[in-house]
Amino acid sequence: MLAKLSHLDRLEAEAIHIFREVAATFTKPVMLYSVGKDSSVLLHLAMKAFYPAKPPFPFLHVDTTWKFREMIEFRDSMAEKLGFDLLVHINEDGVRDGINPFDHGSNTHTHVMKTVGLRQALDKYGFDAAFGGARRDEEKSRAKERIFSFRNASHAWDPKNQRPEMWKIFNTRVAPGESIRVFPLSNWTELDIWQYILQEDIPIVPLYFAKERPVVERDGMLILRDDERMKLRPGEKVENRLVRFRTLGCYPLTGAIESDADDLDGIVSEMLIARTSERQGRLIDRDEAGSMEKKKREGYF
Amino acid sequence: MRHIMAENLVATDTVREYLASQEQKSLLRFLTCGSVDDGKSTLIGRLLSDTKQIFEDQLATLERDSRKHGTTGDDIDFALLVDGLEAEREQGITIDVAYRFFATPKRKFIVADTPGHEQYTRNMATGASTADLAIVLIDARQGVLRQTRRHSIIASLLGIRHIVLAVNKIDLVGFDRQVFERIVAEYSEFAKDLGFESIAPIPMSARYGDNVTRRSEKLGWYAGPTLVEHLETVEVDRAAIEKPFRFPVQYVNRPNLDFRGFAGTVASGSIAQGDEIVVAKSGKFSKIKRIVASGGDLKQAVEGQAVTIVLEDEVEVSRGNLLVAPGARPQVADQFTANIVWFDEQALLPGRSYILRTETDQANATVTDLKYRLNVNDFAHEAAKSLEMNEVGVCNISAQSPLAFDTFAENRTTGAFILIDRLTNATVGAGMILHTLRRADNIHWQSLDVTKHSRAAAKHQKPTVLWFTGLSGSGKSTIANLLEKKLHATGRHTYILDGDNVRHGLNRDLGFTEADRVENIRRVAEVAKLMADAGLVVLVSFISPFRAERQLARELLEEGEFVEVFVDTPFEECASRDPKGLYARALNGEIKNFTGVDSPYEAPEKPEIHLQTLGRTPEEMVDVLEGWLSERDIADQQYDDGGGI
Repeated sequence: MLAKLSHLDRLEAEAIHIFREVAATFTKPVMLYSVGKDSSVLLHLAMKAFYPAKPPFPFLHVDTTWKFREMIEFRDSMAEKLGFDLLVHINEDGVRDGINPFDHGSNTHTHVMKTVGLRQALDKYGFDAAFGGARRDEEKSRAKERIFSFRNASHAWDPKNQRPEMWKIFNTRVAPGESIRVFPLSNWTELDIWQYILQEDIPIVPLYFAKERPVVERDGMLILRDDERMKLRPGEKVENRLVRFRTLGCYPLTGAIESDADDLDGIVSEMLIARTSERQGRLIDRDEAGSMEKKKREGYF
Repeated sequence: MRHIMAENLVATDTVREYLASQEQKSLLRFLTCGSVDDGKSTLIGRLLSDTKQIFEDQLATLERDSRKHGTTGDDIDFALLVDGLEAEREQGITIDVAYRFFATPKRKFIVADTPGHEQYTRNMATGASTADLAIVLIDARQGVLRQTRRHSIIASLLGIRHIVLAVNKIDLVGFDRQVFERIVAEYSEFAKDLGFESIAPIPMSARYGDNVTRRSEKLGWYAGPTLVEHLETVEVDRAAIEKPFRFPVQYVNRPNLDFRGFAGTVASGSIAQGDEIVVAKSGKFSKIKRIVASGGDLKQAVEGQAVTIVLEDEVEVSRGNLLVAPGARPQVADQFTANIVWFDEQALLPGRSYILRTETDQANATVTDLKYRLNVNDFAHEAAKSLEMNEVGVCNISAQSPLAFDTFAENRTTGAFILIDRLTNATVGAGMILHTLRRADNIHWQSLDVTKHSRAAAKHQKPTVLWFTGLSGSGKSTIANLLEKKLHATGRHTYILDGDNVRHGLNRDLGFTEADRVENIRRVAEVAKLMADAGLVVLVSFISPFRAERQLARELLEEGEFVEVFVDTPFEECASRDPKGLYARALNGEIKNFTGVDSPYEAPEKPEIHLQTLGRTPEEMVDVLEGWLSERDIADQQYDDGGGI
């Protein structure tokens, strides 16, 4: 009697199939590695898809220079441990202009350091396919996106005119300059991600686990003061609180939650009683209505 | 129901137990479809809300959006939860498919919420292609509409075998049993030939939640299950695991000389170490040596698993081939009949060449015959010369190289394909294979002893096709005639294929619609190919307005044989010359489909020779052509068999 595949087995197989399809049909693919839990799952799947070979593409981190220090340490240790080809790109124009989330706001900062930075890197290396870890359950414009999502030569997404995507037959054809963003985790939910991390024992950045950390309460969010660049406003004070992160981005834009979940089981059980969605911790989604769709049309992942 | 379950969580053990119970759940993928305003998005909003999938911050956003864009007065407008694009919220319509996720204690669900407007049928098809069940919504006040039928037919063609007939907005007809039964009877009559294994009719009000997750007192006359009860229990298993083994080879993994693995996803059946397999296209036998996975080799692999297979023997296998069970092999053929759903604004034209793609294989392919178009209202088979956007038809397809496939009815994975436009790269159609055309098996190329090379050598020339394209009156025929005289005078063996002349004979059955123009060029290209095979220098003088057909002609010939000559005379100049008085009549509306007037001319992007005729005589053009040809040396030495002239 043959056992049928579980829900998670099917999600894993679908993601591996997508990885291989890109490797077989594109000239110059890359995987966007943003160091978060979804990227960790993506990396794990990429290693599985090509075993015993290494993934036949490099991994790109677009560093906004405002990521948590622990993320950078984790990134470098993973690259060394697994021996993958890591490319780090920083938008030097943005650095020169001193773009930062405090003086320029989350919108400008994210646009210049992340979206423009990503476009620069894609143009610089001439990648024709880029894997990302986005999931359809995260946000309502992502719920609309194809697994193979076409981008024109200016990296823009046209949500009103997406290619039909039938069965597992993917149209991988692009003209010079055009590209495809590929989302192997499209059909995974947040619960699936954690369940898979638990099942496969996948390493993740320690910031996901609760620990005493120096935080400042600002605009209703708990911000980890990761370095001296964050100036305190009058009346603000740094307190050590037991906190963790449900999602990771630029530290001034990512709110911590008070929690004592210091292992995977704790995180999962906390998630099961959560009353708010994970992107609520991201300041960038709340700037304006439809803000994720707007960013995506401009080339954000 | 993550929130409800979570209330029972106390310790780590319970988390593990909970996760283990989640793991054992089966997955159901379904779509919602039907006409505009039948309440598809509202139903999904209701399902997510009643199964506690909406978080507090999402609810707050929803309340804010409802006040701004909502169409439900003071109530929450659930459609805004799934209509994720700004344009959708502003216009109050669904443009593209949205995927949503929810779970009940019994099952996990992925829902595709698909658009109802006819113009977005391709997005509905996208959602349907990966679904096992379709909820067809009907507005109780409207009954069965054109889109209800279209979506049901497309769902059936795409292999969906289970339908929920959701008679929605039953509150607006006073929960009337007669209305419900009349709609069910009408739909059942319509759907009786669509091959559905189950049709479950349920009266409901998605807006108020009656019969979605909770039974409604107002529908006491209905004894069947609620929607969620039905979704939790309906059996959609395709038994794909019991079918013959099919393994489309996706990627050859060869990190070093000692390892050669074939990576892919098992499309059906199962395989174990030591099993015998056949390579579909070559018929070569081998055995499964290893099934490689990162955690250690597997003993067996089943339908749906993505694995890497190592064979015992060094047989030739590349991407696009299938490894299959020796006792039950697929078809291998280059011609077959298929259902086609057309997606593109540019109509499907018989004779035009498209890229055909299966899950892992690819070939150039032509629709050789459009057998009929399916009328989605009454199933009538209608004669048609083209398939317009959102139309469905049955076609014969001819691929340039053989493909390995099953019929779609036998296997949803190995029986499907998409068509891609060669120039725009758009996905223009989806196909479901019905059967092989026998003639592909039976007609083999005659192997001929006298070759193209020997024929050309006898003429001491290199076979060449000079393809003159340009507007009517641009000077194509004048230049071609002059050039032929000169070539003839130097001993070349030539022939002119002229548009007007060919239309008097070979192509007399063709008119000037886009479909006929494509066929016109296809025939001429094939004739030019035969003449090149005879060793001739062929001068083709045809308007040939479409890039795709000129590309087709180019690909029929060998590298370097096809020379595209763009006779570039501006429209105003051609219209004022008007040697045959045609422009005057076309501009008056007396001639339809006239190139440059009401039918497009797609100028060559990279012609081998670009003749700008303004201010130059035909003799000067011919000098340019002669110069070009002498550089390429069509009296090539390699074609001289040593006998001399």
